[in-house]
Amino acid sequence: MNLEILGIMVLWTFLFGYVIVASVDFGAGFFNAYSLYAGKQHILTNIIQRYLSPVWEVTNVFLVFFFVGIVGFFPKTAFYYGTILLVPVSIAILLLAIRGSYYAFETYGSRGHKGYSFMYGLSGLFLPASLSIVLTISEGGFVFIENGKPVLDYWALFTSPLTWSIVVLSIAAVLYISAVFLTWYAHKAKDKDAAELMRKYALTWSLPLIITASGIIVELRAHNPEHFANLLNLWWMFVLSFLLFIGTVWLIWKRKHYGRAFGLLAGQFALAFFAYGISHYPYLLYPHLTIYDSFTNEAMAISLIVAFIAGLGLLIPSLYLLLRLFLFNKDYVTGKSDPY
Amino acid sequence: MFNGDSLFYSRLLTELTLSFHIIYATIGVGVPLMIMIAQWVGIRKNDEHYILLARRWTRGFVITVAVGVVTGTAIGLQLSLLWPNFMELAGNVIALPLFMETFAFFFEAIFLGIYLYTWDRFKDQRKHLMLLIPVAAGAAFSAVFITIVNAFMNAPQGFDIVNGELVNINPLIAMFNPAMPTKVAHVVASAFMTSAFVLASIAGFRLLKGSDHIYHKKALYLTMKIGLIFSIATAVIGDFSGKYLADYQPEKLAAAEWHFETSGDAPLVLFGKLDNGEVKYAIEIPKALSILAYSDPSAEVIGLDQFKEDEIPPLYIHYLFDIMVSIGVWMTLLSLVFWLGSKRSWALIQTKWFRWLIVLGGPLSILAIEMGWWLAEVGRQPWVLRGLMKTSDAATSSNHVDTMLILFAGLYIILAIGSVVVLSRMFRNNPVERELEERHAEKGGVVR
Repeated sequence: MNLEILGIMVLWTFLFGYVIVASVDFGAGFFNAYSLYAGKQHILTNIIQRYLSPVWEVTNVFLVFFFVGIVGFFPKTAFYYGTILLVPVSIAILLLAIRGSYYAFETYGSRGHKGYSFMYGLSGLFLPASLSIVLTISEGGFVFIENGKPVLDYWALFTSPLTWSIVVLSIAAVLYISAVFLTWYAHKAKDKDAAELMRKYALTWSLPLIITASGIIVELRAHNPEHFANLLNLWWMFVLSFLLFIGTVWLIWKRKHYGRAFGLLAGQFALAFFAYGISHYPYLLYPHLTIYDSFTNEAMAISLIVAFIAGLGLLIPSLYLLLRLFLFNKDYVTGKSDPY
Repeated sequence: MFNGDSLFYSRLLTELTLSFHIIYATIGVGVPLMIMIAQWVGIRKNDEHYILLARRWTRGFVITVAVGVVTGTAIGLQLSLLWPNFMELAGNVIALPLFMETFAFFFEAIFLGIYLYTWDRFKDQRKHLMLLIPVAAGAAFSAVFITIVNAFMNAPQGFDIVNGELVNINPLIAMFNPAMPTKVAHVVASAFMTSAFVLASIAGFRLLKGSDHIYHKKALYLTMKIGLIFSIATAVIGDFSGKYLADYQPEKLAAAEWHFETSGDAPLVLFGKLDNGEVKYAIEIPKALSILAYSDPSAEVIGLDQFKEDEIPPLYIHYLFDIMVSIGVWMTLLSLVFWLGSKRSWALIQTKWFRWLIVLGGPLSILAIEMGWWLAEVGRQPWVLRGLMKTSDAATSSNHVDTMLILFAGLYIILAIGSVVVLSRMFRNNPVERELEERHAEKGGVVR
């Protein structure tokens, strides 16, 4: 395996990590705001707060990690994506900023402030949309080169059905992932009502998820035939992913093994995410940028990988400690030990 | 096609984001150390006041961290969004410290989460102290790594340019560039100093506002003492920075000092005003610039005459330099007087007006941080990578920077108001007297 592939694998894995933890986070914010609106706040808020509080900052770091990493391994992405993404990514930053800070203001400052919760919930719904634009752009067809500089064709982007399908998919995925996770978490917390409610949401969002996901594969056939052909070569990964999806829904339907259901869900998304990533190979931005012509020099690549391994040596035990203390700690989850 | 508007707005937006971010970032770097020290003193002296001090600081700290994290994410992305050409080039050489910074940040984020939510889970306070070490270390190291990136922009090295291509890249040599030691040390020391004075100004404010609790007095004494130590360290390192500039970036030093002609026995120009190329109303200290630059009163210091017209930084950085240094000296003296005064129980330091000076010290220190960064950044204009890439060649070609500037300005106003309101409400609604009573009541002890 060459360094380019290793580099993109590492980054793609981190992006996957971000997709999962951020989905739980975005979705939780939305469900929290929705429960306020629907008068079901007493059921959900405690569970959501207890999960989010110790991890909200960590979630954000996953994203920082990804974009610093991609500029490090593939400096040319800074030139291409940096130039064209000014507006969509600035909007995403804005939303992230509102989310992050208002979460802290709400949780540590004035508990139960409705305005904050709504902002938090709404921004969580817009964020996946603004971030998933990048995925659409990477498919090609929206960027042309003018005087040696890339320019983004906003009109083509916003009128493309592919854009909107990916937006809808990302929102459905966020809500589905989050609902499944929170079902499990609420169940662990022995909070029956919350688990039931989240179970309902999980089942509700499973259908739109799978419909949009399949729809996108069809749309790619028209938009980017080369990519579509690559996708077909990996059909078995998608089939496997679909089977895992069925497994998750079945377990949740039967109210059994919520933990295992979340595991299947992680597998389902991992398979689909990596199949999508592999089929995109070798392009970072179709057809302008491949992972080969944008890769950093060898000295930097090796030092980044060394730093990465050393960093993981520190991170994995710390993350494990975090999970043990909060996610898998009975007393904490059930609220027996309260902060402050 | 050259887009002058994009360049202007990109510079403005970067300056705005960074100026806003460093307020929270400086607190984010310094306060964990203060919390750690308070917790440690509390354990060693078995004094509950210090433990409570650590707790209350942490609670406020969370709010500043949140704003620091989101504005830090903003500047991290804006580097690529506003300066794509720069990042493409620099990414080849300097990605390593950038990457390491996120690790330090990751580390801090994890342990801060753990620290915050395990207040009462560990009976042993020493265990809790152990959690603070990675928080403080992560905070300091993220400052170290990101400052290394900035140092590289001032003194790029660790690569060769052959036919316009970067070759022989060595990331470690790029990291350990000549600007790095003084820059990193100055940033870290001044962050500790500023955080100490900010916390001191809070304690001073409570004392002024009528609370006469021993808790605030302990807080004030502790923070002023730490502030004194780090303000002296900052000044000493500042002197080293001057020597670095004389050797490696003489145009920055010359512009900051209005040193136009290369000469020996160079005087240091304090304050004053520049009027059509004439320096007026300035205080000149003979030979001081030569001493600052080379520790030798007669050493020759390179002046602006040695540089091309279009490679000289704006001369207004002199004002920034003066304000930064004046505040630094002032804060050192103030904390020294306070420390001596508390040792020898002078009545002076108990007076109202002296306490007002302490209250003023926090905002002043933050102002000095801003001035210092503006000096450092504007002082390397017109370069983004000194001697290598001009700022005007690095900016984005996108036409939407002005709109983004307005958006972000709005965001920062909201964040500033939000954080101030939340912080002040948090502490006003829960004064320390009440919290102490509650804690005693919980433990069944005697209410003070």
